[in-house]
Amino acid sequence: MAKLLEVQNLNKKYQSSQNEILALQDVNFYVNDGEFFSIIGPSGCGKSTLLSIIAGLEDKSSGEILIQGQKVNDISSKIGYMLQKDCLLEWRTILSNILFGLEIKGKINNETKSYAENLLKKYNLYEFKDKYPSELSGGMRQRVALIRTLAIKPKILLLDEAFSALDYQTRIMVTNDIYHILKEENITTIMVTHDISEAISMSDKVLVLTKRPGTVKKIHDIQFDIKDRSPINCRQNPEFTKYFDTLWRELGIDE
Amino acid sequence: MSENNISIERKQYLKKKRQKKYLILLTQIAILVCFLALWEILANFGIIDSFIMSQPSRILNTFFNLTSNDLLMHIWVTTYETIIGFLIGTLLGTLIAIILWWSDFIAKVSEPFLVVLNSLPKVALGPVIIIWVGAGTPAIIVMAIAISLIVTILENLNGFMKTDKDIIKMAKTFNASKFQILTKVVIPANLSTFINSLKVNIGLSLVGVISGEFLVSKAGLGYLIVYGGQVFKLDLVMTSVLILGIVAGLMYASVLLLEKIILHTKKFK
Repeated sequence: MAKLLEVQNLNKKYQSSQNEILALQDVNFYVNDGEFFSIIGPSGCGKSTLLSIIAGLEDKSSGEILIQGQKVNDISSKIGYMLQKDCLLEWRTILSNILFGLEIKGKINNETKSYAENLLKKYNLYEFKDKYPSELSGGMRQRVALIRTLAIKPKILLLDEAFSALDYQTRIMVTNDIYHILKEENITTIMVTHDISEAISMSDKVLVLTKRPGTVKKIHDIQFDIKDRSPINCRQNPEFTKYFDTLWRELGIDE
Repeated sequence: MSENNISIERKQYLKKKRQKKYLILLTQIAILVCFLALWEILANFGIIDSFIMSQPSRILNTFFNLTSNDLLMHIWVTTYETIIGFLIGTLLGTLIAIILWWSDFIAKVSEPFLVVLNSLPKVALGPVIIIWVGAGTPAIIVMAIAISLIVTILENLNGFMKTDKDIIKMAKTFNASKFQILTKVVIPANLSTFINSLKVNIGLSLVGVISGEFLVSKAGLGYLIVYGGQVFKLDLVMTSVLILGIVAGLMYASVLLLEKIILHTKKFK
């Protein structure tokens, strides 16, 4: 498998009036094409900062980010980003919401529009295209937010605690839905989460960050001997508990 | 639930709710009628002096003799001065709020000045305004703008600053420019703030116009009130105040209508 994204010797320092904080120190890892890659770590370890830097939303202090071997310093059109909240614009219809990214990029044409509409059809939201976000359930809203991101055809999708605002029941369903959408569309994904089970059930690899300054502690390969893998059937597999124990202990040692 | 399928309890609930609404309206009308009747009767019996306190029947009389007092002209003058002051104050205030949102530096620099200007009673600027723009309609309009401008700036800026940071971040992930964030996120998200500032402004502009007319004018309801007071025509003063109340109410109602139209065309909660 080809390396799609590479992070090399990444450092991040924050300046405040009191002092200087080293948030990330010598972070190195790579993500292969088509992989689902999760980053977990204790709270305040800089995992969301790491994601923001990859997205180009924040500056790095030193190091390199490479996508398909090319250095990235800015907001790349190859990257899509999803936040914890769905951030749908309440004054726009669902259709107008999913076209928001294309509109900002000035890329609305018949081709991109029909691609976005097809995504709505494919994931059973087309009948709601003229409705407003307030008329949709939390899970549906999150799917709309995902389609808005996928409409710009990103190579890599970044999920920043994208499901933690949902209630537990919805969350399990939505992670399942979104996992299938991402596999279907063959999107490489990097997800930041504080939920160990969520990371194991969705990921091919899980990176554990240490507490601040965040640095890579270990990268685990997650493999299940299941034919049609899905987050829900992973949770029922005996391997799941083993992974959970390992990761849980690794996160705990620091504290 | 369909119309012909309403339970008895629901019917009773709706009936009670309706009754309460009517009761409130009825009481309000009763209070007004009692007040006016009492005023009229006490004046007729000479218990209160109708020369100083005026009297509903005399107010009505003045009101219906609109033409002899040029009342229509005075109403028109006050109304158009208010509308011009309101429009300029709102547009200029919103524009300045946008500039301050755009540049953090300008916002920080102007903050203390805005705070002082906001708490300064703008009427105190009256003489200065008269010297600068001349005694007349321009001075009155400037007064109306002076009163509504700072509030518009602060109110809108506050709304802009409170726009959901995550939504702005979402727009940034699509590489949105600052102008796009302004027009596609910040302004539509603050439509209700803007409408609120319209509601406040229409009242403030009227305050500005009336205090301007108190200082310098040859026409307008404010002029009529001052003039009436000076020549002890209390009927005229009371009638003008009454009309002013109606004008203020109508202006507020038209802003509410505008709100309805905007919210209808651009669904927004």
